[in-house]
Amino acid sequence: MERKTPLYDIHVEEGGKIVPFAGYLLPVQYGTGIIAEHEAVRTKVGLFDVSHMGEVQFGGPGALATINHLFTNDYTGMPLGKVRYGVMCNERGGCIDDLIVYKFGDEEYFVVVNASNREKDVAHMRANLLPDTQFEDLSDGIAELALQGPLAKDVLAKLCDVEQLPQRYYTAVRHVEVAGIDCMVSRTGYTGEFGYELYCAPADAAALWRALREAGEEFGLIPCGLGARDTLRLEASMPLYGHEMDEDTTPLEAGLQLGVRMEKPEFIGREAILAAGKPARVRVGLVAKGRGILREHMDVYAGDTLVGHTTSGTFAPHLKQAIAMARIDVSHAGVGTELAVEVRGRRVAAEVVPMPFYRHA
Amino acid sequence: MSTIPEELSYTTSHEWVSNEDDVYTIGLTDFAQDALGDLVFVNLPQVDDEVVAGEAFADVESVKAVSDVFSPVTGVVVEVNEDLLDAPESINEDPYGAWFVRVGEVTEVGELLDAEAYAAHCEQEA
Repeated sequence: MERKTPLYDIHVEEGGKIVPFAGYLLPVQYGTGIIAEHEAVRTKVGLFDVSHMGEVQFGGPGALATINHLFTNDYTGMPLGKVRYGVMCNERGGCIDDLIVYKFGDEEYFVVVNASNREKDVAHMRANLLPDTQFEDLSDGIAELALQGPLAKDVLAKLCDVEQLPQRYYTAVRHVEVAGIDCMVSRTGYTGEFGYELYCAPADAAALWRALREAGEEFGLIPCGLGARDTLRLEASMPLYGHEMDEDTTPLEAGLQLGVRMEKPEFIGREAILAAGKPARVRVGLVAKGRGILREHMDVYAGDTLVGHTTSGTFAPHLKQAIAMARIDVSHAGVGTELAVEVRGRRVAAEVVPMPFYRHA
Repeated sequence: MSTIPEELSYTTSHEWVSNEDDVYTIGLTDFAQDALGDLVFVNLPQVDDEVVAGEAFADVESVKAVSDVFSPVTGVVVEVNEDLLDAPESINEDPYGAWFVRVGEVTEVGELLDAEAYAAHCEQEA
Protein backbone atom coordinates (compact mmCIF):
# COMPACT_ATOMS: atom_id res chain seq x y z
CA MET A 1 0.00 0.00 0.00
CA GLU A 2 1.56 3.29 -1.12
CA ARG A 3 1.70 6.19 1.28
CA LYS A 4 0.68 9.77 0.61
CA THR A 5 2.79 12.84 1.26
CA PRO A 6 1.11 15.75 3.11
CA LEU A 7 0.62 17.36 -0.32
CA TYR A 8 -1.29 14.51 -1.97
CA ASP A 9 -4.64 16.31 -2.07
CA ILE A 10 -2.99 19.38 -3.56
CA HIS A 11 -1.40 17.28 -6.34
CA VAL A 12 -4.80 15.90 -7.25
CA GLU A 13 -6.32 19.38 -7.14
CA GLU A 14 -3.47 20.70 -9.33
CA GLY A 15 -4.19 18.05 -11.99
CA GLY A 16 -1.19 15.84 -11.25
CA LYS A 17 -0.96 12.40 -12.89
CA ILE A 18 -0.39 10.27 -9.82
CA VAL A 19 1.91 7.23 -9.91
CA PRO A 20 3.45 4.98 -7.26
CA PHE A 21 7.12 5.84 -6.65
CA ALA A 22 9.42 4.64 -3.86
CA GLY A 23 6.43 3.62 -1.77
CA TYR A 24 4.60 6.94 -2.21
CA LEU A 25 1.84 8.23 -4.48
CA LEU A 26 3.38 11.18 -6.29
CA PRO A 27 2.68 13.20 -9.46
CA VAL A 28 4.77 12.19 -12.47
CA GLN A 29 3.59 15.36 -14.22
CA TYR A 30 0.86 17.98 -14.15
CA GLY A 31 -1.34 19.19 -17.01
CA THR A 32 1.37 21.29 -18.62
CA GLY A 33 3.54 18.23 -19.33
CA ILE A 34 7.15 17.26 -18.66
CA ILE A 35 8.72 19.49 -21.31
CA ALA A 36 6.98 22.65 -20.06
CA GLU A 37 7.86 21.76 -16.45
CA HIS A 38 11.48 21.13 -17.39
CA GLU A 39 11.69 24.46 -19.23
CA ALA A 40 10.07 26.33 -16.34
CA VAL A 41 12.95 25.21 -14.11
CA ARG A 42 15.60 26.07 -16.71
CA THR A 43 14.23 29.52 -17.54
CA LYS A 44 11.91 30.60 -14.67
CA VAL A 45 11.02 28.57 -11.60
CA GLY A 46 9.34 25.28 -10.70
CA LEU A 47 8.01 23.77 -7.46
CA PHE A 48 8.39 20.09 -6.51
CA ASP A 49 7.08 17.98 -3.64
CA VAL A 50 10.00 15.84 -2.49
CA SER A 51 8.55 14.91 0.88
CA HIS A 52 9.20 11.24 0.12
CA MET A 53 12.94 11.75 0.74
CA GLY A 54 14.29 10.17 3.93
CA GLU A 55 15.87 12.23 6.71
CA VAL A 56 17.91 10.94 9.65
CA GLN A 57 19.93 12.64 12.34
CA PHE A 58 23.17 11.73 14.12
CA GLY A 59 23.86 13.35 17.48
CA GLY A 60 26.18 13.12 20.46
CA PRO A 61 29.96 13.17 20.93
CA GLY A 62 30.40 10.16 18.60
CA ALA A 63 28.33 11.58 15.71
CA LEU A 64 31.22 12.86 13.60
CA ALA A 65 33.23 9.65 14.01
CA THR A 66 30.16 7.62 13.07
CA ILE A 67 29.41 9.48 9.85
CA ASN A 68 33.09 9.41 8.87
CA HIS A 69 32.94 5.64 9.42
CA LEU A 70 29.69 5.18 7.49
CA PHE A 71 30.18 7.60 4.56
CA THR A 72 32.92 7.98 1.95
CA ASN A 73 33.40 11.74 2.21
CA ASP A 74 35.28 13.51 5.02
CA TYR A 75 33.05 15.52 7.34
CA THR A 76 35.86 16.64 9.67
CA GLY A 77 36.18 20.40 10.10
CA MET A 78 32.99 21.17 8.21
CA PRO A 79 31.66 24.67 9.01
CA LEU A 80 28.21 24.98 10.60
CA GLY A 81 25.49 25.27 7.97
CA LYS A 82 27.61 23.49 5.36
CA VAL A 83 26.15 20.70 3.21
CA ARG A 84 28.34 17.88 1.82
CA TYR A 85 27.60 15.02 -0.57
CA GLY A 86 28.68 11.44 0.18
CA VAL A 87 28.13 7.76 -0.47
CA MET A 88 27.41 4.95 1.98
CA CYS A 89 29.19 1.75 0.93
CA ASN A 90 28.98 -1.88 1.94
CA GLU A 91 32.09 -3.91 2.88
CA ARG A 92 32.54 -4.83 -0.81
CA GLY A 93 32.77 -1.15 -1.75
CA GLY A 94 29.37 -1.20 -3.45
CA CYS A 95 27.00 1.74 -2.99
CA ILE A 96 24.19 1.27 -0.46
CA ASP A 97 22.99 4.83 -1.16
CA ASP A 98 24.15 8.35 -1.90
CA LEU A 99 23.19 11.17 0.41
CA ILE A 100 23.84 14.69 1.62
CA VAL A 101 24.96 15.66 5.11
CA TYR A 102 24.05 18.97 6.80
CA LYS A 103 26.05 20.13 9.81
CA PHE A 104 23.97 22.10 12.30
CA GLY A 105 26.17 21.64 15.36
CA ASP A 106 29.39 19.91 16.40
CA GLU A 107 27.17 17.07 17.59
CA GLU A 108 24.28 17.48 15.15
CA TYR A 109 24.40 16.08 11.62
CA PHE A 110 21.25 15.88 9.49
CA VAL A 111 21.35 13.45 6.56
CA VAL A 112 19.02 13.20 3.55
CA VAL A 113 18.77 9.82 1.80
CA ASN A 114 16.81 8.34 -1.10
CA ALA A 115 13.23 7.37 -0.27
CA SER A 116 13.55 4.00 -1.97
CA ASN A 117 16.57 3.09 0.22
CA ARG A 118 15.37 4.49 3.53
CA GLU A 119 14.68 1.20 5.29
CA LYS A 120 17.94 -0.52 4.37
CA ASP A 121 19.88 2.70 5.04
CA VAL A 122 18.43 3.05 8.53
CA ALA A 123 19.16 -0.62 9.29
CA HIS A 124 22.76 -0.28 8.08
CA MET A 125 23.29 2.97 10.02
CA ARG A 126 21.85 1.55 13.25
CA ALA A 127 24.02 -1.56 12.92
CA ASN A 128 27.21 0.48 12.51
CA LEU A 129 26.89 3.28 15.05
CA LEU A 130 30.08 4.04 16.96
CA PRO A 131 29.91 4.68 20.74
CA ASP A 132 28.30 7.85 22.13
CA THR A 133 26.15 8.40 19.03
CA GLN A 134 22.41 9.03 19.03
CA PHE A 135 20.55 8.17 15.90
CA GLU A 136 17.01 9.00 14.84
CA ASP A 137 14.95 8.45 11.68
CA LEU A 138 13.05 11.74 11.27
CA SER A 139 11.52 10.99 7.86
CA ASP A 140 7.88 10.82 8.90
CA GLY A 141 8.08 14.15 10.69
CA ILE A 142 9.49 16.20 7.82
CA ALA A 143 8.05 17.47 4.54
CA GLU A 144 10.28 18.81 1.78
CA LEU A 145 9.61 21.16 -1.12
CA ALA A 146 12.13 22.03 -3.85
CA LEU A 147 11.95 25.48 -5.41
CA GLN A 148 14.23 25.41 -8.43
CA GLY A 149 15.03 27.84 -11.21
CA PRO A 150 16.76 31.18 -11.88
CA LEU A 151 13.82 33.11 -10.38
CA ALA A 152 13.59 31.05 -7.16
CA LYS A 153 15.08 33.83 -5.06
CA ASP A 154 12.57 36.36 -6.43
CA VAL A 155 9.75 34.11 -5.26
CA LEU A 156 11.21 33.70 -1.78
CA ALA A 157 11.89 37.44 -1.52
CA LYS A 158 8.12 37.98 -1.37
CA LEU A 159 7.74 35.55 1.55
CA CYS A 160 10.82 36.01 3.74
CA ASP A 161 13.78 38.20 4.59
CA VAL A 162 16.27 37.37 1.80
CA GLU A 163 19.14 38.26 4.12
CA GLN A 164 18.31 35.12 6.08
CA LEU A 165 18.54 32.80 3.08
CA PRO A 166 21.63 30.65 2.53
CA GLN A 167 23.86 32.60 0.15
CA ARG A 168 26.24 29.95 -1.16
CA TYR A 169 25.66 26.69 -3.00
CA TYR A 170 25.54 23.71 -0.60
CA THR A 171 24.89 25.77 2.52
CA ALA A 172 21.80 25.80 4.72
CA VAL A 173 20.06 27.88 7.38
CA ARG A 174 18.32 26.00 10.18
CA HIS A 175 15.42 28.40 10.75
CA VAL A 176 14.00 30.78 8.19
CA GLU A 177 10.45 32.05 8.46
CA VAL A 178 8.87 31.63 5.01
CA ALA A 179 5.28 32.89 4.76
CA GLY A 180 5.22 32.67 8.55
CA ILE A 181 6.27 29.00 8.50
CA ASP A 182 9.44 27.75 10.21
CA CYS A 183 11.58 26.15 7.47
CA MET A 184 15.08 24.79 7.12
CA VAL A 185 16.29 26.20 3.81
CA SER A 186 19.26 24.96 1.80
CA ARG A 187 20.87 26.03 -1.47
CA THR A 188 20.66 22.54 -2.90
CA GLY A 189 18.67 20.68 -5.51
CA TYR A 190 18.57 17.91 -8.05
CA THR A 191 18.03 19.88 -11.24
CA GLY A 192 21.40 21.43 -12.11
CA GLU A 193 19.74 24.84 -11.73
CA PHE A 194 19.89 27.59 -9.11
CA GLY A 195 17.42 26.85 -6.33
CA TYR A 196 16.46 25.98 -2.80
CA GLU A 197 15.10 23.07 -0.84
CA LEU A 198 12.72 23.86 2.03
CA TYR A 199 12.11 21.44 4.91
CA CYS A 200 9.13 21.97 7.21
CA ALA A 201 6.67 20.18 9.48
CA PRO A 202 4.17 18.02 7.54
CA ALA A 203 1.28 20.04 8.98
CA ASP A 204 2.72 23.22 7.40
CA ALA A 205 3.48 21.75 3.97
CA ALA A 206 0.16 22.58 2.29
CA ALA A 207 0.26 26.20 3.48
CA LEU A 208 3.87 26.54 2.32
CA TRP A 209 3.01 25.07 -1.10
CA ARG A 210 0.08 27.47 -1.56
CA ALA A 211 2.15 30.49 -0.46
CA LEU A 212 4.95 29.60 -2.92
CA ARG A 213 2.43 28.99 -5.73
CA GLU A 214 0.80 32.35 -5.16
CA ALA A 215 4.07 34.26 -4.77
CA GLY A 216 5.47 32.52 -7.85
CA GLU A 217 2.61 33.23 -10.18
CA GLU A 218 4.04 36.50 -11.51
CA PHE A 219 7.37 34.73 -12.20
CA GLY A 220 5.84 31.88 -14.20
CA LEU A 221 6.17 29.27 -11.45
CA ILE A 222 4.47 25.96 -12.22
CA PRO A 223 4.30 22.71 -10.21
CA CYS A 224 6.66 20.03 -11.51
CA GLY A 225 6.50 16.25 -11.13
CA LEU A 226 8.84 13.28 -10.99
CA GLY A 227 9.16 13.18 -14.79
CA ALA A 228 10.77 16.61 -14.99
CA ARG A 229 12.84 15.88 -11.88
CA ASP A 230 14.36 12.94 -13.75
CA THR A 231 14.99 14.75 -17.06
CA LEU A 232 16.48 17.74 -15.20
CA ARG A 233 18.89 15.65 -13.13
CA LEU A 234 19.88 13.63 -16.18
CA GLU A 235 20.51 16.73 -18.30
CA ALA A 236 22.72 17.96 -15.44
CA SER A 237 24.33 14.44 -15.40
CA MET A 238 23.52 13.98 -11.71
CA PRO A 239 23.63 10.29 -10.67
CA LEU A 240 20.50 8.44 -9.51
CA TYR A 241 20.66 5.49 -7.16
CA GLY A 242 19.67 2.24 -8.89
CA HIS A 243 20.84 3.65 -12.22
CA GLU A 244 24.36 5.10 -12.08
CA MET A 245 25.15 3.22 -8.85
CA ASP A 246 24.04 0.18 -6.91
CA GLU A 247 25.40 -2.31 -4.40
CA ASP A 248 27.62 -3.96 -7.03
CA THR A 249 29.12 -0.70 -8.29
CA THR A 250 31.80 1.20 -6.41
CA PRO A 251 31.53 4.98 -6.17
CA LEU A 252 34.64 5.24 -8.34
CA GLU A 253 33.02 3.18 -11.10
CA ALA A 254 29.97 5.42 -10.76
CA GLY A 255 32.12 8.50 -11.30
CA LEU A 256 31.59 9.86 -7.78
CA GLN A 257 35.28 10.53 -6.98
CA LEU A 258 34.39 14.00 -5.66
CA GLY A 259 32.46 12.41 -2.80
CA VAL A 260 35.11 9.82 -1.87
CA ARG A 261 38.12 10.62 0.33
CA MET A 262 40.44 7.64 -0.05
CA GLU A 263 43.05 9.46 2.07
CA LYS A 264 40.71 9.12 5.05
CA PRO A 265 42.19 6.38 7.32
CA GLU A 266 39.01 4.35 7.43
CA PHE A 267 35.43 4.03 6.20
CA ILE A 268 33.24 1.01 5.44
CA GLY A 269 34.17 -0.24 1.97
CA ARG A 270 37.52 1.55 1.77
CA GLU A 271 39.62 -1.64 1.82
CA ALA A 272 37.59 -3.19 -1.02
CA ILE A 273 37.76 -0.04 -3.13
CA LEU A 274 41.54 0.14 -2.58
CA ALA A 275 41.98 -3.53 -3.43
CA ALA A 276 39.99 -3.13 -6.66
CA GLY A 277 42.49 -0.53 -7.88
CA LYS A 278 41.82 1.75 -10.82
CA PRO A 279 38.26 1.10 -12.07
CA ALA A 280 37.99 -0.92 -15.30
CA ARG A 281 34.67 0.72 -16.15
CA VAL A 282 33.66 4.33 -15.67
CA ARG A 283 30.64 6.57 -16.06
CA VAL A 284 30.47 8.57 -19.28
CA GLY A 285 28.00 10.87 -21.00
CA LEU A 286 26.69 9.92 -24.43
CA VAL A 287 24.89 12.00 -27.05
CA ALA A 288 23.05 10.22 -29.88
CA LYS A 289 24.34 11.14 -33.32
CA GLY A 290 21.83 8.97 -35.18
CA ARG A 291 18.03 8.95 -34.91
CA GLY A 292 16.70 7.37 -31.77
CA ILE A 293 16.20 7.90 -28.05
CA LEU A 294 18.70 6.26 -25.73
CA ARG A 295 17.19 4.64 -22.62
CA GLU A 296 18.57 2.81 -19.61
CA HIS A 297 19.82 -0.81 -19.87
CA MET A 298 20.86 -0.59 -23.53
CA ASP A 299 24.05 -2.29 -24.75
CA VAL A 300 26.87 -0.04 -25.96
CA TYR A 301 29.28 -1.18 -28.69
CA ALA A 302 32.62 -0.07 -30.06
CA GLY A 303 32.52 -1.67 -33.49
CA ASP A 304 31.39 -5.25 -32.77
CA THR A 305 32.67 -5.27 -29.20
CA LEU A 306 30.27 -4.87 -26.31
CA VAL A 307 31.92 -2.23 -24.09
CA GLY A 308 29.21 -1.39 -21.57
CA HIS A 309 25.61 -0.37 -21.07
CA THR A 310 23.53 2.72 -20.50
CA THR A 311 22.38 3.48 -16.95
CA SER A 312 19.95 6.34 -17.69
CA GLY A 313 18.76 7.93 -20.91
CA THR A 314 16.15 10.30 -22.21
CA PHE A 315 15.35 13.03 -24.67
CA ALA A 316 16.81 16.10 -22.95
CA PRO A 317 14.09 18.72 -23.26
CA HIS A 318 16.31 21.81 -22.93
CA LEU A 319 19.23 20.56 -25.05
CA LYS A 320 16.77 18.92 -27.47
CA GLN A 321 19.04 15.90 -27.88
CA ALA A 322 18.92 12.23 -26.97
CA ILE A 323 21.40 11.81 -24.10
CA ALA A 324 22.43 8.97 -21.81
CA MET A 325 24.83 8.10 -19.06
CA ALA A 326 26.62 4.78 -19.47
CA ARG A 327 29.13 2.57 -17.68
CA ILE A 328 31.86 1.83 -20.23
CA ASP A 329 35.19 -0.01 -20.33
CA VAL A 330 37.76 2.63 -19.52
CA SER A 331 39.59 2.04 -22.82
CA HIS A 332 36.55 3.32 -24.75
CA ALA A 333 35.55 6.11 -22.39
CA GLY A 334 37.55 9.04 -23.76
CA VAL A 335 35.66 12.17 -24.80
CA GLY A 336 35.06 12.04 -28.57
CA THR A 337 34.99 8.22 -28.77
CA GLU A 338 32.48 7.04 -31.39
CA LEU A 339 30.25 4.27 -30.04
CA ALA A 340 26.89 2.72 -30.95
CA VAL A 341 23.92 2.02 -28.70
CA GLU A 342 21.59 -0.85 -29.45
CA VAL A 343 18.14 0.74 -29.42
CA ARG A 344 15.55 -2.05 -29.71
CA GLY A 345 17.42 -4.03 -32.33
CA ARG A 346 18.86 -1.04 -34.14
CA ARG A 347 22.35 0.47 -33.70
CA VAL A 348 22.28 4.22 -33.11
CA ALA A 349 25.56 6.12 -33.37
CA ALA A 350 26.59 7.94 -30.20
CA GLU A 351 29.59 9.94 -29.03
CA VAL A 352 31.21 10.25 -25.61
CA VAL A 353 30.85 13.88 -24.50
CA PRO A 354 31.99 15.80 -21.41
CA MET A 355 29.61 15.92 -18.43
CA PRO A 356 27.56 17.72 -17.34
CA PHE A 357 25.54 17.84 -20.55
CA TYR A 358 24.03 21.08 -19.26
CA ARG A 359 25.50 23.65 -16.88
CA HIS A 360 23.51 26.66 -15.75
CA ALA A 361 24.76 30.19 -16.45
CA MET B 1 -12.54 14.69 -22.06
CA SER B 2 -10.75 13.78 -25.25
CA THR B 3 -11.99 14.59 -28.76
CA ILE B 4 -13.43 11.69 -30.81
CA PRO B 5 -14.56 12.72 -34.33
CA GLU B 6 -17.77 10.98 -35.47
CA GLU B 7 -16.57 10.24 -39.02
CA LEU B 8 -13.54 8.12 -38.05
CA SER B 9 -13.20 4.50 -36.94
CA TYR B 10 -11.05 3.38 -33.99
CA THR B 11 -9.12 0.47 -32.53
CA THR B 12 -9.05 -0.61 -28.90
CA SER B 13 -5.30 0.18 -28.98
CA HIS B 14 -6.13 3.86 -29.68
CA GLU B 15 -5.41 4.29 -33.38
CA TRP B 16 -7.87 6.14 -35.63
CA VAL B 17 -8.60 5.07 -39.22
CA SER B 18 -10.34 6.69 -42.17
CA ASN B 19 -11.10 4.89 -45.41
CA GLU B 20 -11.20 6.80 -48.66
CA ASP B 21 -11.45 4.76 -51.89
CA ASP B 22 -9.95 1.74 -50.10
CA VAL B 23 -6.88 3.67 -48.95
CA TYR B 24 -6.74 3.66 -45.15
CA THR B 25 -5.22 6.61 -43.29
CA ILE B 26 -3.99 5.79 -39.77
CA GLY B 27 -3.07 7.95 -36.79
CA LEU B 28 -3.12 8.08 -32.99
CA THR B 29 -6.17 9.33 -31.09
CA ASP B 30 -6.43 12.33 -28.81
CA PHE B 31 -6.86 9.95 -25.86
CA ALA B 32 -3.60 8.20 -26.81
CA GLN B 33 -1.53 11.38 -27.19
CA ASP B 34 -2.82 12.67 -23.87
CA ALA B 35 -1.95 9.42 -22.10
CA LEU B 36 1.51 9.28 -23.70
CA GLY B 37 2.45 12.87 -22.89
CA ASP B 38 4.88 15.08 -24.83
CA LEU B 39 6.06 13.10 -27.86
CA VAL B 40 9.67 13.62 -28.91
CA PHE B 41 10.41 10.87 -31.43
CA VAL B 42 8.59 8.89 -34.14
CA ASN B 43 9.79 5.81 -36.01
CA LEU B 44 7.86 5.23 -39.26
CA PRO B 45 7.80 2.46 -41.89
CA GLN B 46 8.70 3.12 -45.52
CA VAL B 47 6.57 3.16 -48.65
CA ASP B 48 6.04 -0.41 -49.94
CA ASP B 49 6.48 -1.93 -46.47
CA GLU B 50 3.80 -4.47 -45.60
CA VAL B 51 1.76 -3.93 -42.46
CA VAL B 52 -0.34 -6.55 -40.67
CA ALA B 53 -3.58 -5.99 -38.79
CA GLY B 54 -2.93 -6.04 -35.05
CA GLU B 55 0.85 -5.74 -35.40
CA ALA B 56 3.09 -2.77 -34.68
CA PHE B 57 4.09 -0.69 -37.73
CA ALA B 58 5.54 2.39 -36.01
CA ASP B 59 6.58 3.57 -32.59
CA VAL B 60 6.40 6.83 -30.74
CA GLU B 61 8.47 7.96 -27.80
CA SER B 62 7.54 10.41 -25.11
CA VAL B 63 10.09 11.88 -22.74
CA LYS B 64 9.43 8.90 -20.48
CA ALA B 65 8.66 5.87 -22.62
CA VAL B 66 8.34 4.05 -25.94
CA SER B 67 4.99 2.87 -27.29
CA ASP B 68 4.12 0.83 -30.35
CA VAL B 69 1.54 1.96 -32.88
CA PHE B 70 -0.54 -0.92 -34.23
CA SER B 71 -1.94 -1.29 -37.72
CA PRO B 72 -5.71 -1.76 -37.93
CA VAL B 73 -5.37 -3.30 -41.42
CA THR B 74 -3.21 -5.66 -43.45
CA GLY B 75 -1.85 -4.08 -46.62
CA VAL B 76 0.98 -2.09 -48.17
CA VAL B 77 2.15 1.38 -47.15
CA VAL B 78 1.52 3.79 -50.03
CA GLU B 79 2.36 7.07 -48.31
CA VAL B 80 4.25 8.11 -45.16
CA ASN B 81 3.84 11.42 -43.32
CA GLU B 82 7.53 12.25 -43.03
CA ASP B 83 6.71 15.64 -41.52
CA LEU B 84 6.21 13.79 -38.24
CA LEU B 85 9.90 12.86 -38.10
CA ASP B 86 10.89 16.47 -37.49
CA ALA B 87 7.75 17.47 -35.62
CA PRO B 88 6.54 14.64 -33.38
CA GLU B 89 4.86 17.29 -31.20
CA SER B 90 2.28 17.78 -33.98
CA ILE B 91 0.73 14.48 -32.79
CA ASN B 92 0.08 16.14 -29.41
CA GLU B 93 -1.14 19.35 -30.97
CA ASP B 94 -3.38 17.94 -33.73
CA PRO B 95 -3.78 14.17 -33.34
CA TYR B 96 -6.38 13.83 -36.10
CA GLY B 97 -4.37 15.95 -38.54
CA ALA B 98 -1.05 14.25 -37.79
CA TRP B 99 -1.60 11.02 -39.75
CA PHE B 100 1.18 8.42 -39.79
CA VAL B 101 0.70 6.36 -42.98
CA ARG B 102 -1.74 5.58 -45.77
CA VAL B 103 -2.20 1.88 -46.55
CA GLY B 104 -3.50 0.38 -49.82
CA GLU B 105 -3.96 -3.14 -51.27
CA VAL B 106 -5.80 -3.95 -48.05
CA THR B 107 -6.60 -7.64 -47.63
CA GLU B 108 -7.81 -7.60 -44.04
CA VAL B 109 -9.41 -5.08 -41.72
CA GLY B 110 -9.22 -5.77 -38.00
CA GLU B 111 -12.01 -5.09 -35.55
CA LEU B 112 -12.92 -1.39 -35.59
CA LEU B 113 -15.09 0.65 -33.24
CA ASP B 114 -17.32 3.57 -34.17
CA ALA B 115 -16.97 6.84 -32.26
CA GLU B 116 -19.58 5.93 -29.68
CA ALA B 117 -18.11 2.52 -28.92
CA TYR B 118 -14.61 4.01 -28.76
CA ALA B 119 -15.76 6.69 -26.33
CA ALA B 120 -17.14 3.93 -24.08
CA HIS B 121 -13.83 2.05 -24.40
CA CYS B 122 -11.85 5.16 -23.37
CA GLU B 123 -14.13 5.69 -20.40
CA GLN B 124 -13.32 2.19 -19.20
CA GLU B 125 -9.57 2.78 -19.49
CA ALA B 126 -9.57 6.25 -17.95
